[in-house]
Amino acid sequence: MTTTAGTSARGQLQSGTGAVSHAQQRARTPADVSLVLIGACFVLPLLWLVFASLDASAGHEARFPGQFSVDNFAAIMTPGLLFQPLWNSMVLSAGTAAVNLVAAVLAAYPLSRYQSRFNRPFMYTILFGTCLPITAIMVPVYGLFVQLHLLDSMPATIFFMATTTLPMAIWMTKNFMDAVPVSLEEAAWVDGASGLTALRTIVLPLMRQGLGVVFIFVFIQAWGNFFVPFVLLLSEARQPAAVSIFSFFGQHGAVAYGQLAAFSILYSVPVLALYVIVAKGAGSSFALSGAVKG
Amino acid sequence: MAVSLRRVQTGHRRRRPGLRRQARLLPVVPAVVLLLVFLAGPVLWAFHASFTNAALTGRNARNPGWIGFDNYARLLSDPMLPLSLGLTVLFVGGSAIVGQNLLGLTLAVLMRRARRPVAAVVGTAVVAAWVLPEIVAAFAAYAYFSRDGTLNQLLGGLGLGQTDWLYSFPLVAILLANIWRGTAFSMLVYRAALSDIPGEVTEAALMDGAGGWQRLAFITIPMIRGSIATNLMLITLQTLAVFTLIWVMTAGGPANASTTLPVLAYLEAFKFGDIGYGTAVASVLILIGLVFGAAYVRLLREDKP
Repeated sequence: MTTTAGTSARGQLQSGTGAVSHAQQRARTPADVSLVLIGACFVLPLLWLVFASLDASAGHEARFPGQFSVDNFAAIMTPGLLFQPLWNSMVLSAGTAAVNLVAAVLAAYPLSRYQSRFNRPFMYTILFGTCLPITAIMVPVYGLFVQLHLLDSMPATIFFMATTTLPMAIWMTKNFMDAVPVSLEEAAWVDGASGLTALRTIVLPLMRQGLGVVFIFVFIQAWGNFFVPFVLLLSEARQPAAVSIFSFFGQHGAVAYGQLAAFSILYSVPVLALYVIVAKGAGSSFALSGAVKG
Repeated sequence: MAVSLRRVQTGHRRRRPGLRRQARLLPVVPAVVLLLVFLAGPVLWAFHASFTNAALTGRNARNPGWIGFDNYARLLSDPMLPLSLGLTVLFVGGSAIVGQNLLGLTLAVLMRRARRPVAAVVGTAVVAAWVLPEIVAAFAAYAYFSRDGTLNQLLGGLGLGQTDWLYSFPLVAILLANIWRGTAFSMLVYRAALSDIPGEVTEAALMDGAGGWQRLAFITIPMIRGSIATNLMLITLQTLAVFTLIWVMTAGGPANASTTLPVLAYLEAFKFGDIGYGTAVASVLILIGLVFGAAYVRLLREDKP
């Protein structure tokens, strides 16, 4: 992670100061124009969300609202419609992230600090686990939950969701932990501290930022997850916003598009904010360096 | 006597560090238990349940019976399987391997040439579609492609004919929507890869008079081929698992024209209530995922011996 950030920063410096040629300067304008055109295509579908949310009589089209109104937002700000689902999302996502963090830190410590024949095969198995298509196992997971009487249980759903992101979390946590020098702990070991004491008092405080990245990364994934709670949580009182938004607006006949857009925006804001925090703090390719580089 | 004593001692000495070394691995246990119960468990359970007549409701829901290879025999003779496999291949090939991959590379290359503020703004727009929760992205794509949606509005403004995209061209609609949703990942991977190419290499090529396309074809692409392979593998796996986008936009329809494998598994299990058969479909998908996953791990392993 840190090495990636370092090299990419160096790459940018070099291209910024050294080798910028006239050819590159001349190539800038066509590149700008093509980028803006592609970027416009990416923005277009999002325009509807913003316009419709502020338009009391919104339909499917991205129409600039004749007159701005916050009626849509006012209409959905009820405990049953908005706050309960968002609270459920919060509990699910925070629970998932907490389980991930504890399990990943514990697992990463021996993998990062002790040499063992067990390490490499384990890390490759973990990597393999990140590849499993989660949607493919949802039907069998449903069958399993029925047999174990775990259907519609918040804790069971949290543990399942935590496990789906755990391989990635272990992989990232180990990379962050590898960046903390061992020499500090060795001093603690000499003083008679056990491995876990050294972990708690020395390693974890030094990798606070990395732990924050892992927590937010898992939180974002859980917050946006639709399919897992859609299959495993049946009662409306437990469903997170991703599922309630679908059942309230997707299945009933007359769809209030303006309210749908307003709900979507309120539901997306926390994730966008968290992403900005992480991207600002750790470089925009934060998740990828864990996934791709290792 | 002395020899045997020494042997006992060394044996003793060898066993204790061994024990302690194993105790050191104890913190890994919670993670391993979770992975076994909730990840390996369902995969094994899937292969088991696909041999039963487990149902969503009724008598077979509580006590599924063993029916051997019946589900797989039915699957092989089901006209839905070739259709769904074909749609999945088209969806993954078109939206991930061609669409996201090429567009991501194009964006990354253009961003290095463009002015910095332009690159930053466009990068934010591309990433926004990727960071949004999947259900919100799916609603936005649905509104965009629907009959009175933004796309038809634009086509109408240009004086072109309008069609009901989700009804007449459902595969094209979900393909484009998935390109829109997922290109950011490829773009970020390629931006990181391109910034790792040393400036001297590009400089030397410029001195030799290589043009933009020549540099791209003979220097840039060969130098980032590791990232290209990794990216292709990861986006293939991600796209293989896409469900929400398709479910919200078309629900697999009309007339199964956009029923990829995840949608088919869901429909069989939860709409037609046949958990056993749905699990057999899911098992096919899991197998495809396992093959790609194994190939991916091999690829990384060869990369770093």
